[in-house]
Amino acid sequence: MCGIVGIYLKSRKFEKDLGKMLSGMLINMESRGPDSAGFAIYKKEKKEEFKYSVCINNLVFEKFKKHISKQIKFTSILKNSDHVILSSKEKPKKVLAILNEFKGVSLVGYGKSIEIFKQIGNPKEVVKKFNLENFSGTHGIGHTRMATESAITTDGSHPYSTGSDECLVHNGSLSNHNNLRRDLTKKGVSFKSENDTEVAAGYISNHLSNKKNLKETLKSGLNDLDGFYTFITGTRKGFAIVRDEIACKPAVVAETKDYVAIASEFQAMAHLPGVNMAKIFEPEPGIVYSWGN
Amino acid sequence: MKLDLRKLKLRKVNETLQSIDLKRNNKNYTILNPEGNHAICAGLTDDIDVTVKGHVGYYCGGMNQNANITVEGNVGTGVAENMMSGRIHVKGNASQSAGATAHGGFLVIDGDASSRCGISMKGIDIIVKGSVGHMSAFMAQSGNLVVCGDAGEALGDSLYETDIYIKGKVKSLGADCIEKKMDNKHLKKLDKLLKKAKLDKLKPKDFKRYGSARKLYNFKIDNVSNY
Repeated sequence: MCGIVGIYLKSRKFEKDLGKMLSGMLINMESRGPDSAGFAIYKKEKKEEFKYSVCINNLVFEKFKKHISKQIKFTSILKNSDHVILSSKEKPKKVLAILNEFKGVSLVGYGKSIEIFKQIGNPKEVVKKFNLENFSGTHGIGHTRMATESAITTDGSHPYSTGSDECLVHNGSLSNHNNLRRDLTKKGVSFKSENDTEVAAGYISNHLSNKKNLKETLKSGLNDLDGFYTFITGTRKGFAIVRDEIACKPAVVAETKDYVAIASEFQAMAHLPGVNMAKIFEPEPGIVYSWGN
Repeated sequence: MKLDLRKLKLRKVNETLQSIDLKRNNKNYTILNPEGNHAICAGLTDDIDVTVKGHVGYYCGGMNQNANITVEGNVGTGVAENMMSGRIHVKGNASQSAGATAHGGFLVIDGDASSRCGISMKGIDIIVKGSVGHMSAFMAQSGNLVVCGDAGEALGDSLYETDIYIKGKVKSLGADCIEKKMDNKHLKKLDKLLKKAKLDKLKPKDFKRYGSARKLYNFKIDNVSNY
């Protein structure tokens, strides 16, 4: 099963309410995924600064802060439950190398505007834990997981991010992920889990880094990714959805002049302002729908 | 009588509608704030009129007998699934598997219906004013599927005895589904169905009829390599 949700703001009207809107969507999708939940929020960015979302698991925050500050200069280190958002003007390559080596923490994503939080547990608890309601931003993506092909862990939770400001949530299962993982590893993409969705995220990052745009990338994914899927994917300025040709995995889109909302089921978006007047449609199989770049 | 799903639990609303004393109560009910809930109006058995004000989730009006249900919005997967009799009118679009396995009754969809509309239908009449998605009328056994728009890929795959009438284009036909001659008997039947859906302006002769070639009915040893 699994529930996926996403919201992309077309105007600035709801920027302050983005967290509240996304939070309601995730809570309403609890019935599709009670095992873990996660979300990515695209926020205002600061010039020359990159943000790193890190899950510190059982480490004590003060200790982590002390150790990591010795290794690299951060402009801010903000704690949010067991996640930490680190901001730095250093080059990502350098920071990523240090964070990947740091024992006991897992890097869940990085970029200029993206912040990612994900954890095991009921969606209601997860959004409360990270205070999602208080977030503002331009677009966001979320996932509620019913674990099927890999264990209930933080690493097995969505969204997956394998490139700067990229993220992906998935409802479904891929059947050729082992082959694809091998191919992508040869091309230099690295993976942290055995999860099929992470492979799809790596596939997308690999294509985007080869200067393909999001729409082209997802179109070629229709040929290369085998299995059942509805994907919602986000980039710094864009947002897209695609369903496989069989289209067993559901999706519904609601578009108003102010926002585009996507969810597995309409009930996830029933609380959104003006949704009953929105243009509501089911994305057609094998067609990429995208907004922004 | 108004039933507000923000104030009442879904189970309570369905129980109320499933156990109506027709001698005492009136026949008209309105459901407010459906907010995409699943199984709204499932299992109704009485000849009552229910209007749902808004969008609903999965299996709306499932197993319906006798009731006349109108949804003023979109419906999720499996509207009217396993309907036995009665009428369901969707004023918006329908998601996949509309009218799945339904034995009887009348389903009208004003907008489009997505994939697998009328899958395994067993006697229901379905009228879609818009278009239908891929694999519609898959393994359909009996009844009529009328589509005023276009049909997606693999229409009527592995079809039994359902009659399919399509006004627009058909992307492709499924295994064992062929175009068939429209004779007077079929024109009359289609005319009746269109009138029942208040589509008096549409002419039956503008539709094409599709049905089973009946070649997959029995196992043939020549086909063994296909299995």
